[in-house]
Amino acid sequence: MPRVSQTVFAPWDDPTEKPLIRFQNVTKRFGTFVAIDDLTLDIYEREFFALLGPSGCGKTTMMRMLAGFETISEGKIELAGQDIGHVPPNERAVNMMFQSYALFPHLSVWDNIAFGLKRDRKSKAEIDARVDEMLKLVRLEKFARRKPHQISGGQRQRVALARSLAKAPKLLLLDEPLGALDKKLRQDTQFELMDIQETTGTTFVIVTHDQEEAMTVASRVAVMDEGRIMQVATPAAIYEHPNSVYVADFIGDVNIISGQTNASGTDTYRLSWAEGQQPVTATSDITFSEGQKAHLAIRPEKIRISTDQPVDADNKVQGKVLDIAYLGNLSTYHVELPGGQVIKAQTANTRRIARRDITWEDPVWISWNATAGVMLAE
Amino acid sequence: MRRFALIAIPYLWLVLLFLAPFLIVLKISLSDAALAIPPYAPTLKDGIGTLIAELDFENFVFLTQDDLYWKAYLSSLRIALISTLLTLLVGYPIAYGMAKAPDEWRATLMMVVILPFWTSFLIRVYAWMGILSNEGLLNQLLIWLGLIGEPLTILNTNTAVYIGIVYTYLPFMILPIYAALDRLDASLDEAAQDLGCTRTQAFWLVTIPLSKNGIVAGCFLVFIPALGEFVIPSLLGGSGTLMIGKVLWEEFFNNRDWPVASAVAIILLLILVIPIVLFQRNQQKQQEAEQ
Amino acid sequence: MKRMSWFNVTSLTLGFAFLYLPMLVLIFYSFNASKLVTVWAGFSVRWYGELLQNEAFLDAAWVTLKVAVISSSIATVLGTMAAYVLVRGGRFMGRTLFSGMIYAPLVMPEVITGLSLLLLFIGIGLDRGVLTIVLAHTTFSMCYVSVVVSSRLVSFDRSLEEAALDLGSTPWEAFRLVTLPIIAPAVISGWLLAFTLSLDDLVIASFTAGPAATTLPIKIFSAVRLGVSPEINALSTIMILIVTIGVVTASLVTKQGVIRAQKEAQAAERAPV
Repeated sequence: MPRVSQTVFAPWDDPTEKPLIRFQNVTKRFGTFVAIDDLTLDIYEREFFALLGPSGCGKTTMMRMLAGFETISEGKIELAGQDIGHVPPNERAVNMMFQSYALFPHLSVWDNIAFGLKRDRKSKAEIDARVDEMLKLVRLEKFARRKPHQISGGQRQRVALARSLAKAPKLLLLDEPLGALDKKLRQDTQFELMDIQETTGTTFVIVTHDQEEAMTVASRVAVMDEGRIMQVATPAAIYEHPNSVYVADFIGDVNIISGQTNASGTDTYRLSWAEGQQPVTATSDITFSEGQKAHLAIRPEKIRISTDQPVDADNKVQGKVLDIAYLGNLSTYHVELPGGQVIKAQTANTRRIARRDITWEDPVWISWNATAGVMLAE
Repeated sequence: MRRFALIAIPYLWLVLLFLAPFLIVLKISLSDAALAIPPYAPTLKDGIGTLIAELDFENFVFLTQDDLYWKAYLSSLRIALISTLLTLLVGYPIAYGMAKAPDEWRATLMMVVILPFWTSFLIRVYAWMGILSNEGLLNQLLIWLGLIGEPLTILNTNTAVYIGIVYTYLPFMILPIYAALDRLDASLDEAAQDLGCTRTQAFWLVTIPLSKNGIVAGCFLVFIPALGEFVIPSLLGGSGTLMIGKVLWEEFFNNRDWPVASAVAIILLLILVIPIVLFQRNQQKQQEAEQ
Repeated sequence: MKRMSWFNVTSLTLGFAFLYLPMLVLIFYSFNASKLVTVWAGFSVRWYGELLQNEAFLDAAWVTLKVAVISSSIATVLGTMAAYVLVRGGRFMGRTLFSGMIYAPLVMPEVITGLSLLLLFIGIGLDRGVLTIVLAHTTFSMCYVSVVVSSRLVSFDRSLEEAALDLGSTPWEAFRLVTLPIIAPAVISGWLLAFTLSLDDLVIASFTAGPAATTLPIKIFSAVRLGVSPEINALSTIMILIVTIGVVTASLVTKQGVIRAQKEAQAAERAPV
């Protein structure tokens, strides 16, 4: 059966698609400090786009430039084909959900949501209808008359969302929207956010430092560091095909094996990584020259661990168990190789009672296939 | 445009009603007294050239020659200093007691300390006149107790001025010290005792150093206004009480010597600059420490 | 519950006795029948009656009240503007001078402020009266208002203003609809402080008042310079009572507001999501 490509949402792969937001060579300086460094990025309509990075990487500055709270030092930002550099925040079709929620403490939930609509001089009937619709969307009909301090943290978060969506903006910015919630509530709310994004069809740009959150909600993720974008791709691509050691290391857990490459057949290389050890075999989409320095990034769950020597593996190394982290559903083994390097291997605990426990100091074999890792240049 | 108006209106107000008057004082302090209206020369009517040519430091020279002014400055400093220390001695135990009081009392205690501050300053000073006079309540009490045979003269002496300053400025001393003590972690005191300090040692080695900022702030808040005080020395002090605020007042209203009064004011300000700068530095250091 | 040591109880008792006894004595003697203030001759409200007959005092009280209301209201507007400029105004020409002019009057001895304003009024030929006292009081009390309001603005979550702008408010709407209602308590305390300072002020008023307008503190001062008088005791009692009632009511109202807010916040956290 032929795949119906239209059902897959991927406007970024379609050259005829016009982006909703274009950052063109945008630079932002605070004094001598460069917060955003010559950044170019397209975001498409209906996307749920995540800006992910450690604090101070420039993600919040990017968002505040979109909202109009920061000026641009160089370059330009377009929204739906229009340069918005000189449009003040109150005239942009962009709304923002603040990290602190910024609910007006002196106004009721209803008045908070109606605030933006009233600024547009809409009729009373229109405002009433829209606020009711929003309250229904976030399931807060019963709390309309309460003040922000009279509702719980999770409810406040939903009021903030309803308020920023009420004006039906072209673009909604969310600054660490779930940061203030506890873990359980955060997970539920992630799915709620995705539902609401799908129902309203609004383009969402979310800023977060939580990689799990970005991976869960986003259609695409931009990993940022020191004012630059390191990689923009779908969550799966970011995880399985990181383009740099930084991205591989920032997202999830990873083992990095560094060494020198030698070609061995098409797209296959042998990596010499330690004195007296067999070189490891790995496939790669990018080409490496003879003797070039390279890093092999392999996720722990792609490494098998066994007490007997495996027969069918492309790569296998002997070592001894240094540490075991039991996480319930998973166990992570830290295996020390003869050269001193420690490799993490993860197994799923699919049985309640293991046949034979691997324990500390046990000599074990770790093994993986040539396609298990990604080869990265220096 | 709105932003411009927002800045310009309060700005202009202060330039016209604070900065300009101050410059006038500076100018008159460099002029000569004259039997005219206004009683100084030169004025702007004499033309800018003459005006600048005739300004001199004569009044300041006069202040250094007449030892009345020297004595007044020194005596103001002494009175302000002694009463600041007395206020600290009275205020610290009160602030300490408040900080150790049960939580549910705190708000009430705060109110009790602040209430006198809202009451008229003049009335609070006046209240002591009846108590301290020769046939006043204090003397009646002491005689009744048999402690003294003859009434003590307290009103119209420096002692009365000390009492007045301590009494009226006490809230300014209590509040910053209380704020500093309130922030103090109670377990610090316990840790000191756990490590072998007696309670008294713990107080001197831990509590006092950690409330230093509050003490310093409180002392400045009392010392600075006390130095230029006028009401207290004129109601409670005697003819022997020399304070510069009172001298300035008399120079202006009784002697009508505006240039000398202005020069007295300028010198008083110069003396005040030192504690004010020190105070600001202390506040800044405290803010930085908190961040 | 921690128990307080005898030392703390003693220091609080003695301290508060020191703070309040003089005023209680004053109130007590205002009901003395005798003209001699220190000799008790039985209970009487005679001095209150005489006070109410005293036209000069009543006129002065009226002038004082008028000056206090007008000057504190203008000072509140100007002081709030100044605070906003200082905290949110960003950089502008002469910002250092501006903040200097805001803080300097707070530490300036009253005699100097009074003297300098008087010299200005004479210099520009303005007749001394209610207007000059209002100008003088507005100038120094706006600085106090500005300090009170700016300390509130500093702790004000700036994202609230940004949220208002983001939702389509003009900067003026954001101030009027969001900032002002939230900082209102600080603005009100600023007004009360300005009002009290104006009511209390003797020194600056003495310099800037003319023969046409005398304020109550000036009257009281010239009366008490000659010694203690039972009429002044009565007047002081009235003033102390008004202030006490005002402050106690205000603090009870705030305390109840705080307690209610705490209860509601607790209820909200217990409520189901």
